[in-house]
Amino acid sequence: MYGGLALSFLNIFKSDAARRTALFAGHVVPDPSRCVQCGICTYNCPIGIDVRAYAWRGEAIKHNECLTCGECVARCPRGVLRFERTDLFTAGAG
Amino acid sequence: MRYIIVGTGVAGIAAIEAIRSVDKKGEMIMLGDDPHGFYSRPGLAYYLTGELHDKALFPKTREDYARLGFKYHKARVTRINRAEKTVLLDGRELLSYDKLLIATGAFATPLKVPGSALQGVLKLDHLDDARQILKLARRGKTAVVVGGGITALELTEGLLARGMNVHYLLRGDRYWGNVLDEHESRIVEKRLQEEGVTLHFHSELIEVIGRAGKVGGVRLLNGRTLKCDILAYAIGIKPRVELAREADLALDRGILVNEFLQTNDPDIYAAGDVAQVYDPLSGRSVLDSLWSPAREQGRAAGLNMAGQRISYIKGAPFNVTRLAGLTTTIIGAVGHGHDEDILGIARGDSETWRELPDASVAQGGFDMNHVRILVGEKTLIGAVVMGDQTLSTPLQKIISDKMDISCIHDKLLARNARVADVIVEYWSKYVASA
Ligand SMILES: Cc1cc2nc3c(=O)[nH]c(=O)nc-3n(C[C@H](O)[C@H](O)[C@H](O)COP(=O)(O)OP(=O)(O)OC[C@H]3O[C@@H](n4cnc5c(N)ncnc54)[C@H](O)[C@@H]3O)c2cc1C
Ligand code: SF4
Ligand code: SF4
Repeated sequence: MYGGLALSFLNIFKSDAARRTALFAGHVVPDPSRCVQCGICTYNCPIGIDVRAYAWRGEAIKHNECLTCGECVARCPRGVLRFERTDLFTAGAG
Repeated sequence: MRYIIVGTGVAGIAAIEAIRSVDKKGEMIMLGDDPHGFYSRPGLAYYLTGELHDKALFPKTREDYARLGFKYHKARVTRINRAEKTVLLDGRELLSYDKLLIATGAFATPLKVPGSALQGVLKLDHLDDARQILKLARRGKTAVVVGGGITALELTEGLLARGMNVHYLLRGDRYWGNVLDEHESRIVEKRLQEEGVTLHFHSELIEVIGRAGKVGGVRLLNGRTLKCDILAYAIGIKPRVELAREADLALDRGILVNEFLQTNDPDIYAAGDVAQVYDPLSGRSVLDSLWSPAREQGRAAGLNMAGQRISYIKGAPFNVTRLAGLTTTIIGAVGHGHDEDILGIARGDSETWRELPDASVAQGGFDMNHVRILVGEKTLIGAVVMGDQTLSTPLQKIISDKMDISCIHDKLLARNARVADVIVEYWSKYVASA
């Protein structure tokens, strides 16, 4: 059952639109006041980062192995997570 | 110093963390009657849809608990003796306390109609309830859901995701009419219908009909009957105040506490869903029944129990949820506009959205976006943001800080206003000047 959702309105998160914005230099940053500790982010992180624990502490996910793949941002049911760019001043320079 | 915390929910855990952050040595004992301890109750909805495994609902590891250095007993507190400063566990063992926190949460209001005890009448309160639902949910069988709010919708989505035919009964003429406006209700309803949910408006359950001890159908006030295999309900919650009542603590709907989360007994505190907290800004005592306030109250209670003096100040009402797949943020006063301060309502839908030139990228990629803003003379009074959440953080800040929006007032209320753009432009200027 897991992974194969029967509800089409939950599959929209897998759309490219959510991903397009994802792959750039930056961090995932949580808004802890929106988080209900459900664990969907941690459950879906391809490299097993405990994203939820960062959201509890209100810390940016500055984890060496984070791919900024956007999986956690796209799947969080509360919009807790967002990207914050660190390449703001270099983007567009090349 | 011995601290006793009754309840293993988020309020209790937040209190434990807060106490330990200022008192490194005090003895902390946590007592709880939920066999599963601390887990995400809001996450139960996503366990039902299959978005996560039940093992993923537990936020803390054994090491996290060990680091906090507290004792845990799985036990129900059956009495508080204020004169002796003791609590009674399971009617047997006595434990003394110096400071006590009651964080016993709330429970689902039970269904009272005839037939409510039949097998297949289900609620969604605890992990065991969710497991029971999954045990009985069968592809191709039929479920009826009753209740007007978020949990009822989550039950609908969960049962639908498990392949059931779902009939959703609504008392009024639309979904969540005391919070959403008609357009927003219709957005949610349409999405549910597109997934195959049958909505029944003006429909009130009066009886669950049994067949050999199991649910066989339901009878409605208008005389109709529907066949079904499951009846799932979410008709409200009630704070668990029995302990406090027996101990003669001051009560209203919840346990009354001051802004320091203290009851009328200075050594007893209450926080979370069970607490009705005095709000110094409005001068009223309010029940919140939400995860984030429960956490914040637990934290403030813990710090105060450990000797600090921290008041809990409630911000503008704020609730985040997901309605039929759309992340939704509700800020401030958005219900039926009894509020004379509201001068107009600004709305924006997908057409007026654009890529926002911001340094941060919020969740996007929804197939529809919507915003409704209640505009006052100088301030924004409330907002509903569905889908793309880029506007949520700015609106939350603008509303809760009562920022002066006179300069965009007319733009927001103009015909065909590009509402999202107006807010983003205002916000960018504010961020640039801050
Ligand atoms: C299905 C569902 C969906 C939800 N969705 C959302 C949501 O989307 N957003 C949101 O903000 N909130 C949501 N909530 C509400 C949120 O879960 C609660 O506000 C929050 O859990 C309250 O935390 P608490 O610590 O006050 O109480 P609880 O989490 O209820 O914990 C209380 C604990 O006290 C224990 N207890 C009670 N009495 C005794 C006793 N006498 N002795 C020992 N132990 C006792 C109970 O076993 C329980 O473990 C949802 C709740 C449910 C059930
Ligand atoms: S998915 Fe979102 S709400 Fe759930 S734990 Fe992660 S950040 Fe919090
Ligand atoms: S962006 Fe990807 S790798 Fe990084 S924490 Fe989120 S899911 Fe994990």
